[in-house]
Amino acid sequence: MNKKTKTLINIGLIVALLAIILIFSFVLPASSMVFVVLKKGAIYALVAVSMNLLNGFTGLFSLGQAGFMLIGAYVYAIFTIPTADRLSVYQYFNGGVIQFAMPVILALILAGLVAAIFAFLIGLPVLRLKSDYLAIATLGFAEIIRAIFQWDKIGPLTNGSNMLRKFPTFDSIIYGLKEIPFFNNLFISAPWLISFLTTMIPILISGVCIAIVVLLINSSYGRAFKAIRDDEVAAEAMGINLAHHKMLSFCTSAFFAGLGGAMLAMYQSTAKAADFKSGMTYEILLIVVLGGIGSITGSCIGSFLFIAASEWWLRGLDMGKFLGITAPGLFRNGFRLVVFSIIIMGVVLFWRKGIMGDKEFDIERIASRFKPKKKGEVNGNE
Amino acid sequence: MSFLSANLPYILSGISVGGQYALIAIGYTMVYGILRLINFAHGDVFMVAGLMMVYLAASVPLYISIPLVIILTVVLGFIIERAAYKPLRNSPRMSIMISAIGVSYLLQNLALYFTGGLNKNYPSIPWISDTITIGSAVTKRVTVITPVLTIVLVVILVLFINHTKIGMAMRAVSRDFETSQLMGIKIDNVISATFIIGSLLAAVGSMLYFTNYAGVVPTSGSMPGLKAFVAAVFGGIGSIPGAVVGAFIIGICENIIKGLDSVLVASGLIKNPLGLATFSDAFTFALLIVILIVKPTGLFGEKQTDKV
Repeated sequence: MNKKTKTLINIGLIVALLAIILIFSFVLPASSMVFVVLKKGAIYALVAVSMNLLNGFTGLFSLGQAGFMLIGAYVYAIFTIPTADRLSVYQYFNGGVIQFAMPVILALILAGLVAAIFAFLIGLPVLRLKSDYLAIATLGFAEIIRAIFQWDKIGPLTNGSNMLRKFPTFDSIIYGLKEIPFFNNLFISAPWLISFLTTMIPILISGVCIAIVVLLINSSYGRAFKAIRDDEVAAEAMGINLAHHKMLSFCTSAFFAGLGGAMLAMYQSTAKAADFKSGMTYEILLIVVLGGIGSITGSCIGSFLFIAASEWWLRGLDMGKFLGITAPGLFRNGFRLVVFSIIIMGVVLFWRKGIMGDKEFDIERIASRFKPKKKGEVNGNE
Repeated sequence: MSFLSANLPYILSGISVGGQYALIAIGYTMVYGILRLINFAHGDVFMVAGLMMVYLAASVPLYISIPLVIILTVVLGFIIERAAYKPLRNSPRMSIMISAIGVSYLLQNLALYFTGGLNKNYPSIPWISDTITIGSAVTKRVTVITPVLTIVLVVILVLFINHTKIGMAMRAVSRDFETSQLMGIKIDNVISATFIIGSLLAAVGSMLYFTNYAGVVPTSGSMPGLKAFVAAVFGGIGSIPGAVVGAFIIGICENIIKGLDSVLVASGLIKNPLGLATFSDAFTFALLIVILIVKPTGLFGEKQTDKV
């Protein structure tokens, strides 16, 4: 199989996936769990990929992702709340200090940029640390960021410990499109099209961002990252500037985590600093482990599986009925998470490579698995 | 004098919290010293000890439930080590740390399931939760008992490590894992002993800690756990006296920050409260980052060099 047909097959697969989403939105009601999984899964996929860039490709064990997501979510929310709604959102702070609203796209990019700037400042001291010290220092910074955003004194900017709301969400953007006469003629008011478009926004943004990360990893920078991961001393001896590359990886990761946080705020339609606890970072880390440390496609598959399992498939464990077994005494609130964490522990202990290991999704490898082996042929793919 | 009397309640509760952090921090520092692992689940073991006390005290009298809680916590610590860390002994350090995070996630979710996410009121232990008055401060007796008990336990622990065979084995293993294995030390037993001691102190710490607080929730272990870890790093990871000193410093500073607003307003330096209490948690991590950058080995830590 040459490179051209492979690209064609991959493009075909993406088109097929899009077609499936289109069919889903045509057949299923807008409240279906499929859309929840697709939206939230896409957002988590982006954050998981950003964490994988650090942990899996550069070998920097950072646990600050929730902090950068918080920055992203807040920057997006602060700059996009419509001026008319500011007085009701910032009700304790006389409408807040910012009295303008940005376009959504600009605010999303700004969310990533601000997170990256914070990452640069944090990275200056922190990136000198190694392995678990780096982990605990980044975890600490995430906690400090959370404390600062909840501080009453900067309430006019961040609304203190109250939540931010009324900013544009996936739904409101699509509904906003309906107001424009041009789009109105394009059947945009059809319910299936609306649920398709609201699902496609996070998938598209995440897809573009993940593609950028893939390009970065395949560039000479990516090779330098992998060299640093495998052996810092050897990488330095080969002329790789450690500080420079670590900082680049850290800031890029923070940029996409910030963007992911902004999208999470869009998805939840509220943003509250208290939600971005270290538990969120742990969840993302577990997604990365589930998918395979050092595999981009693994992180994406892992995140959709994680969200589907936790939000949808195991939901019955909380509701008293699961796989036809009714046991309200056992299957009560919280049992889902217990089962879920036992599964995660099983993966961590017995299936350490995760779904993809450190390999990427490759149609050829899958095809060769199903092909009957010819006699005398040496398996040259491995 | 007026400064002292205004600050006394904060300093007292700081010393008390510091003692409780110290008891948790010892578990971190010993495990790190031997396995080079940040045992993220340790804070949750501490929380589970608190929850066990809530449930046991409801059904059996205190003189049975207190020792029972300690024994069950020790068993929990032992099981966690055997089930989650031992199978990964030869794998990279990152995967064993991820396993620790997984255990922490599991314990929190189990606690969430059993409590239904509700705040469980901690039983009041007679005598130690009585109120007493020291100078101008009204406090519980546990505030005074904690530092004393902590220091007694630490002295016993240091004697144990310096004068018993298993203590010597612990020191040897923390110095060089592989060589001590070659010398015939049963690594698994030593590691189990470390986890047992750590969990025992965490159980005692949880009794002292939760007596001062309204109740136990599934996440109430994570913050004290992280702070105790910072204390261990501050004192020099692997060093028991270091962890204790670090924990007391962190406990006192944190409580002074909590009270700083009212003190500053009272002294006339500032007019309106600044809401600095929000930063009492953040301070701990700021301290951690400063320490890691200025003196990564901590106050009493030994210098280590990276070998290629």
